[in-house]
Amino acid sequence: MTALPREQIRQTLADARLQAAIYAATGRLMEHRRQVVAPEVLPDYQELREQARRIKEHTLENLDAYLEQFEARVRARGGQVIWAKDGAEVADFLLELARRSQARLLVKSKSMTTEEIGLRERLEAHHFEVVETDLGEYIIQLAHERPYHIVAPALHKTREEVGEIFSQRLGVERENAPERQTKIARAILRQKFLAADIGITGANFLVADSGAVVLVENEGNARLTTSAPRIHVAVAGIEKLIPRAQDLAVFLKLLGRSATGQPLTVYTSVLSGPRREGEWDGPEQFYVVLLDNGRSRVLADRDKRQTLYCIRCGACLNHCPVYRRIGGHNYPWVYSGPIGKIASPQFQGLTQDPWLPFASSLCGACAEVCPVKIEIPRLLLELRAEVVKTQAREKQRRAERWAFKLWAWVMCRPRVYEALSLAAGLLAGEGDSQGWLRRLPGLLNAGPLRAWMDYRDLPAPGRSFRALWRARTARVRE
Amino acid sequence: MPARVSLFVTCIVDQFFPRAGLAMAEVLERLGYRVEFPEAQTCCGQPAFNTGYREEARRVARHFLSVFRDAEYVVVPSGSCTSMITRHYEELFRKDPEALEQARRLVPRVWEFSQFLLEVAGVEDVGARLPAVVTYHDSCHALRELGIREGPRRLLAKVRDLELREMPASQECCGFGGTFSVKFPDVSAGMVRAKVDAIHQTGAQYVVSVDASCLMQIQGALNRAGSPVRTLHLAEVLVRQ
Repeated sequence: MTALPREQIRQTLADARLQAAIYAATGRLMEHRRQVVAPEVLPDYQELREQARRIKEHTLENLDAYLEQFEARVRARGGQVIWAKDGAEVADFLLELARRSQARLLVKSKSMTTEEIGLRERLEAHHFEVVETDLGEYIIQLAHERPYHIVAPALHKTREEVGEIFSQRLGVERENAPERQTKIARAILRQKFLAADIGITGANFLVADSGAVVLVENEGNARLTTSAPRIHVAVAGIEKLIPRAQDLAVFLKLLGRSATGQPLTVYTSVLSGPRREGEWDGPEQFYVVLLDNGRSRVLADRDKRQTLYCIRCGACLNHCPVYRRIGGHNYPWVYSGPIGKIASPQFQGLTQDPWLPFASSLCGACAEVCPVKIEIPRLLLELRAEVVKTQAREKQRRAERWAFKLWAWVMCRPRVYEALSLAAGLLAGEGDSQGWLRRLPGLLNAGPLRAWMDYRDLPAPGRSFRALWRARTARVRE
Repeated sequence: MPARVSLFVTCIVDQFFPRAGLAMAEVLERLGYRVEFPEAQTCCGQPAFNTGYREEARRVARHFLSVFRDAEYVVVPSGSCTSMITRHYEELFRKDPEALEQARRLVPRVWEFSQFLLEVAGVEDVGARLPAVVTYHDSCHALRELGIREGPRRLLAKVRDLELREMPASQECCGFGGTFSVKFPDVSAGMVRAKVDAIHQTGAQYVVSVDASCLMQIQGALNRAGSPVRTLHLAEVLVRQ
């Protein structure tokens, strides 16, 4: 069990530069999205969301059949499918493959699934060179950090910081202009692409009826990763399945728009199988690793399984007022923001980070923009109830549990409630001219009240509504 | 016989913002409603529900249902509490058919204040006057769970001598979130800071909302920022003449 990283969160909140950077970057993404889903531009946006949700629902309902169909189609096209229970099994497969094919250098395109299982680190531990080729991800790799955001991994880095990282890690002249930095990275990464033996990608979608892996990106690095090296390995969670190629018409319309506000990303690659006779490019070997890593357990809960509908667009992060304050690194797992708050407890167990589902004001901005309509606030409420139940006997919830028991007892007894309200009214004299308290008398300044008063004034409880109402009614009678 | 309206003033208004409750009663009476206040009322149960204490929430929610069983209309000065009753009781009582049935019978009669004015009373102009610049804060549950967006703005537009100036990101949460505000006080404070900045950008004298709890958070932070801006519940605007 990990505790709430309170101190780390305070540091993020106190870092004015970082606050401005997160707020500006997510604000831009919000604005871009807003423009391309506006009813004038995309009149059927709400129907698309509904359709996307229904397709995902149907696919997960019949996942076993679609997985088998997918495997058969990949095989028929000369590729291979590997089933992996967890990250260790993915790494074992890749290590074996790398040794077998005498590979030294592996290039990667951006993939949250491989981040989830720490694949790069697992391979590096065995002295393979693994290079991230997405620019943001490359920066993060050089900085030895984890992605700050599902879509924009280096969202928190300023150009100056990137210049610093490049000059330190790559030994190049310090350059602060993003175009120059891109050129530096491009020159290095081109060489890596040409020298790499294996290219590792994730998958945005796996198409069951055609055995295709679909990759969506803007830099062209994923396309190079899949075509320059002689071996391509796609690592994907089993929830990435969609039944038919034509379903892409729904999902591709939603993904780019929700993520970056692009009607379509710059590159969309639909890959099926290795290079065939007479084809000019493509890898000699093509593997798809289907990863479980807790997904089948999540799948077992018919209600909360909608968490697996997620297409990793990151819109819920951009629109989340909590994410926009605390950023991506204060969340305990690679999936940050609202989707992280519902995914982490289900994948890693409720008691791993019991505070996580509570770290939301339940404002609902996430659900409003989710392209597959995951009911994030409702699932947060479910998870909260589950955490409370699971921890019913644990010490750290004892005070809270008794407080709510007492509260419920009082709230069912109007006379007791009123007596307490009268007692609270004694504070009326402590308020300012507008009836607000700046501080509370010593003994009261504790627990939740203190947490409130640390940052905000509290209205002094004076005469309650019911007291004033009675006086008013009496006046009217006279 | 004029229609009878039962006020559910919510625990926050009862305790901290009685003037909002009185203003709501006043406006409704002016419109010809017979307004009553069932004295046994306390809370809708939301604090426990949102913190994961379902059994405690159910107990309080059952009490609410028994208090308002015979109400013709229940009018509430809060989008959040209204939504708790009209949207979340369904979930809360999914394994208690008797309470569920009771809730289903009551829910169509429960209204958030601005929605009641527009949809039941059918008025936009309640004859109010307030010579001031105001800005409107969209409270999350009113906006996203009840779809209240234009309604309060339409009501404000009819208030004489009032100028409504929109703040940037009026739909972004103020950071209250019930127990969230005290479980994560620093994050909550970070959120309200952005709200306070947005309010100040408008130059408004008053911030108006349909939820007293958001106003408690916003006013509490405005005070700490040394701001002269005051918060008002929509009813407190509409009662001014």
